[in-house]
Amino acid sequence: MIDKVTLKLMNDSFKKGVRLDGRKLDEFRDITVETGVISKAEGSAMVSLGNSKVLVGVKVNAGEPYSDSPDSGVLMTGAELTAYSHDSFETGPPSPAAIEIARVVDRAIREAKIIDVSKLVIKSGEKVWLVFVDIYTINADGNIFDAATLGAMAALATAKLPIFKDGEIIRENLKDSLPVDGKVVSSTFVKVGESVLVDPTMQEESALDARLTIGIKDGNIVSLQKGGNHGFNDQEVEDMIDRSIVHSKKLLKALK
Amino acid sequence: MEVKPKFLIKNGKRLDGRKVGEWREIKITTGVIPNADGSCQVDFGKTKVIAAVYGPRELHPKHMVLSDRALVRARYDMLSFSVEDRKRPGPGRREIEISKVIAEALRSVVMVEKFPRSVIDVFVTVIQADASTRIAGLNAASVALADAGIPMKGLVTGVAFGKIYDETGKGVMVADVFKPEDQWGEADIAYAKSIANDEVVLLQMDGDVTKKEFLEGKAMADKAIEYTYQEQVKALKAKYEGD
Repeated sequence: MIDKVTLKLMNDSFKKGVRLDGRKLDEFRDITVETGVISKAEGSAMVSLGNSKVLVGVKVNAGEPYSDSPDSGVLMTGAELTAYSHDSFETGPPSPAAIEIARVVDRAIREAKIIDVSKLVIKSGEKVWLVFVDIYTINADGNIFDAATLGAMAALATAKLPIFKDGEIIRENLKDSLPVDGKVVSSTFVKVGESVLVDPTMQEESALDARLTIGIKDGNIVSLQKGGNHGFNDQEVEDMIDRSIVHSKKLLKALK
Repeated sequence: MEVKPKFLIKNGKRLDGRKVGEWREIKITTGVIPNADGSCQVDFGKTKVIAAVYGPRELHPKHMVLSDRALVRARYDMLSFSVEDRKRPGPGRREIEISKVIAEALRSVVMVEKFPRSVIDVFVTVIQADASTRIAGLNAASVALADAGIPMKGLVTGVAFGKIYDETGKGVMVADVFKPEDQWGEADIAYAKSIANDEVVLLQMDGDVTKKEFLEGKAMADKAIEYTYQEQVKALKAKYEGD
């Protein structure tokens, strides 16, 4: 919840097209993506989106496939809004907000077919590679959705595939990459009063009426997730789709 | 394992015989759970969902109390035998996420400021699943809230839409997806509106569509939503006018 004084300041400022941190309504914060930050992980990335900092690691284990897809590896995505990354977050089992983030990131990667799970089979019906993507907030200042998607994408794109030999997993001196193809990115918008802003800060999120995250791959929509206790009108939805396609180009650049 | 069909639509006809913009038979009944303050069952073809509303009532735990308004809480779950392979009882990650978006959609219409410090609990239970369960559940929940006499700005009404492929592999947009279309199709979009506020209050998608396809499917869903809304109103009137 946000206090009324700040909310009024915000809305007055938004009417002039400026946000409290000086950005335009349709402007992302600075993005940096650093990969290979955790040597124990098969893939990893630290993403900064303004003051938001998210660490994503990929671990690959061998395990059983799902009974309904014996010839597919498995992708599993988790997220934790760590208690040390913001004073409003608490320890304990994953909150609905954390589960939502994990599932939205997972959906974008899955639907964009970033990982070729058919290439993750060790022995059909018995053993496949399980790819765990784990997302941790290090410093939360809003828009964890897009930072986490960037981090997951960067970590997967640089991840190595272990070797399975004589019942053991070898993780040293790996050459093969995870079968990853293509890139997906997301843009998150929030509506505060009558204004729609991209890449919200924590302060802006605490004032949000509605939120929409749009996953884009090759100019197509691959995932959508609406949140918040109010709605968007049709025109706003259409505009956000257009904007997300434009933003996707800048986000893809940050991934390189 | 089921085999992926060669097409989901051929000569404009879907696997269950429907045309692209056509919806399944919609049945809406209020008062199905007499113990609840309000309740409703919504059937979209074989998808059957019941919603029950309790409240406004005292909120526990106390630290969740909102001093200026009521908390609208939703719990979506599926019965273990509502799906092909038995579902482990109790809400998992999928159900927690769906509960969150359903609650948020409902908060856009409930006049929460009338009942500070209380909770309005909405229980959405899927008794038989044939796709579009969250949307059927949301439709049922909004009628159940009205049935409970809770002041609202209007109902929330949704219809899912999606993209399926024809015999040549070409993508076709359709309204109200059912199981094979959800399972094998190229996109599944859960979509709900508040007609009174003219707002999109729930929107979730997985798949791959262009903006043009999205808008085409949405226009079809809007027609189906208009019909569904009339059915919601009819169900409420039937109860209070002794129709």
